[in-house]
Amino acid sequence: MEVAKKQLRIATRNCGFIDPENIEDYLGVRGYEALANAITASTPLAIVDEIKKSGLRGRGGGGFPTGNKWEFAAKNVAEQKYVVCNADEGDPGAFMDRAVLEGDPHSVVEAMAVCGYAIGASIGVVYIRAEYPLAIKRLKKAIDDARAYGVLGNNIMGTGFNFDIELKYGAGAFVCGEETALIRSMEGSRGEPYTKPPFPANAGYWKMPTIVNNVETFANIPAILVKGSGWFSSIGTERSKGTKVFALAGKITNTGLIEVPMGITLKEVIFDIGGGCPGGKQFKAVQTGGPSGGALTFKDADVQIDYDNLLAKNSMMGSGGMIVMDEDTCMVDIAKFFLDFTMDETCGKCTPCRIGSKRLWETLDKITSGQGTEADFEKMKSLAVNIKDTALCGLGQTMPNPVLSTMNTFADEYLSHVRDKKCPAGVCSNLLEIVILPEKCVGCTLCARVCPVNCISGKVKEAHVIDQAACIKCGACIDKCKFDAIVKK
Amino acid sequence: MAKISSIADLKKFQEDYKAKQATKKEKIVVNVSLATCSIASGGKTVLAAMQDEAAKLGISNVEFVKSGCMTYCHSEPTVVVTLPGKESVCFGNLDETGARELVQKYLKNGEVAGTVIPVNYVRVEL
Repeated sequence: MEVAKKQLRIATRNCGFIDPENIEDYLGVRGYEALANAITASTPLAIVDEIKKSGLRGRGGGGFPTGNKWEFAAKNVAEQKYVVCNADEGDPGAFMDRAVLEGDPHSVVEAMAVCGYAIGASIGVVYIRAEYPLAIKRLKKAIDDARAYGVLGNNIMGTGFNFDIELKYGAGAFVCGEETALIRSMEGSRGEPYTKPPFPANAGYWKMPTIVNNVETFANIPAILVKGSGWFSSIGTERSKGTKVFALAGKITNTGLIEVPMGITLKEVIFDIGGGCPGGKQFKAVQTGGPSGGALTFKDADVQIDYDNLLAKNSMMGSGGMIVMDEDTCMVDIAKFFLDFTMDETCGKCTPCRIGSKRLWETLDKITSGQGTEADFEKMKSLAVNIKDTALCGLGQTMPNPVLSTMNTFADEYLSHVRDKKCPAGVCSNLLEIVILPEKCVGCTLCARVCPVNCISGKVKEAHVIDQAACIKCGACIDKCKFDAIVKK
Repeated sequence: MAKISSIADLKKFQEDYKAKQATKKEKIVVNVSLATCSIASGGKTVLAAMQDEAAKLGISNVEFVKSGCMTYCHSEPTVVVTLPGKESVCFGNLDETGARELVQKYLKNGEVAGTVIPVNYVRVEL
């Protein structure tokens, strides 16, 4: 079967093709050529310039131009500089970085060394979450092999350039993916962010100039240097170059990892690549940017995915999680789910994030349990905007996004919850009634027998009735009924 | 193992590698996805079953490669089989039985069996 080839694999070019534990496989696909060319035939300035010209932007979510970041660090004079790889992937449902580290660790090792040469650093650190044991094992082997082959360590290829990499393990705190919190954690302190400036490129790890780049950003570097910045910048949109790896998850037929050129439409991702929602269900929304992003809907089907367009739609690129939701998903409940996550993960240092998240969650809980009023909407919006304006780091500043985005896009759903006390998707159990349709019920008594709280009554061969006051809305009767006579309302 | 101490060394290595790959053209190459998620869904069982079945059937010109994520979470475990002179084919949703069947049918006779996953990407090769 011939299918349209909508994906373009640059960062994941070797994943699934080479043996990640065999450095020779990587060397065979022109691995370490970018590094070799850089240190033997180029200058740090030229490398920075090439990355700038490529238009590569940070793939961890923020989208800061990578070349500019490198330039800041390169221009700083310091006795020691550091290259840090942020492998603290924490968005729910996202696993792009793990796939790259497990499938092609050498591309990250090589890119870090190139970065070291470009900015004048001799030490690289990979901050990786301890929950990724296989990625850690393969990365360690890659580093050891690279040393043994002389492409890492002291006097690389006889040029006098020294660069080595060590690993630091994260304990799995979401906030440690934020670069300043990550640096604190690496230094052995609590993983709490601090106010920028100073930016890490000026004063980061141990107050020295530090580049923090995401795994996927690094994985692009060798390809850019081997094939040229002109090639890379010819892919994508005007302000977002290259490709982006996404993890398609949720209510989607083809769950998996995809890498697509920037500028691809949402429709192409969800339907052509993802195959739509399973079971013939209607596509409702997709959450990009994880708990920091927002929901895009069918109305946005023609939006070209890039950093700026997603921001304009009140979402964000994020690290690449795409959680697809179908008609059975309640958007208020989803907003509550993401807030529940960030509420757990807030480090507690600043008040807007620590208390604001709790208050926002409580209001959402009130709405989903049928106690909400329309006055809550205004309060929530005002609180959300305040949190965005005053929180210390990216976690807090983006945490209200799922709430604002769903309130904006699914205002009618919020209204149904407070005005009609109904959950249109049939998720919020306090707002549900499970009823038996008398015209369909044949009185087989199956439902009455399966009901765990014995709230269904009726005579044999006569229509049954559910006692709403006693019903716990477990839905066991719906599953059991052979006549589709029981429905959620 | 040769230490790479110059760009010439690297070029030499690439040439040698290419030559080595060319000799593999006569071989059946079975690439098994073994990332965390592939392993969790039974990738190692599939690899063992295919190795065992190939040995049983006396198919000796086969090389197994343990690679990383093949990106098809919806159909793990997955393997990509390249028969000599043919395009690679990706098979998904394998288990012990499916893996053995794949060896009996596709590796032995070139007869397609099980779920074939169409390639929907262009891979950038350096």
